[in-house]
Amino acid sequence: MVTTVINVFIILLIGTGVLFSAVTALGLVRLPDVYTRTHAASKSATLGVLCVLAGVFLHFWFKEDHFNPQLIIAIAFLFITSPVSGHLIGRASYVAGIKLAEETVRDDLKGVLGPEAKTDEKK
Amino acid sequence: MRTNDVMLQTATKVVTFIILMFAVHIFFAGHYTPGGGFVGGLLTASAIVLLMLAFDIETVKKIIPFNYVMMTAIGLLLALATAGASIFFNVPFFTHAYDYFYLPLFGKTSLHSAALFDLGVYLVVVGVTMTIIQTIGEDE
Repeated sequence: MVTTVINVFIILLIGTGVLFSAVTALGLVRLPDVYTRTHAASKSATLGVLCVLAGVFLHFWFKEDHFNPQLIIAIAFLFITSPVSGHLIGRASYVAGIKLAEETVRDDLKGVLGPEAKTDEKK
Repeated sequence: MRTNDVMLQTATKVVTFIILMFAVHIFFAGHYTPGGGFVGGLLTASAIVLLMLAFDIETVKKIIPFNYVMMTAIGLLLALATAGASIFFNVPFFTHAYDYFYLPLFGKTSLHSAALFDLGVYLVVVGVTMTIIQTIGEDE
């Protein structure tokens, strides 16, 4: 009984992870500009990988009777670093002056960060 | 333009300790599981490189005031000493020895002289990697 519940849980976790990874790949192909693409890549890819890692962790813990703390460390590490890398890629592309998609209606960073920003605070 | 990179610096402050602890774990786990001196050294070097990316090279030199060329030399000497010590016990060069010891906190522990050789490899890898990266990074 417990084995069945654990099995269902593991299958659900890994299935969710694979689904989110596929959604990430679809988003990278379909979305119009680099900012929306980093949005897709940093959010749903993180969740997908975290779900797969959690499923693998549960599998080895309950099925193979092996508690593997490296997977917990990997989950924490990816949870910290992946959004930060997405943020840095988006920021670097804005500083480099990459155009937004044509559908964009609002740009709060205009004149603050991009290449046309005033550089009078440059010292 | 000097951009405000507080995100990267804050994340680095947390992540560096995770990488360093994982490097120590990989180093000591090398005898029975995948890992060892080479991978542990590369992980340590990558943690220091991450610090260099988030801050700058002078700050990192102030935080970690190691002379990496000396570190490489110490690692090579340690490896050579571990290999050469076997000569004094009338066994072939590079023969390792191990025994079980009762340490106060760990209990019965198996200590192997190959770990000292691995420590030499670790120091050489960290030293060489950081020497290369610092030399290229400082090139004006």
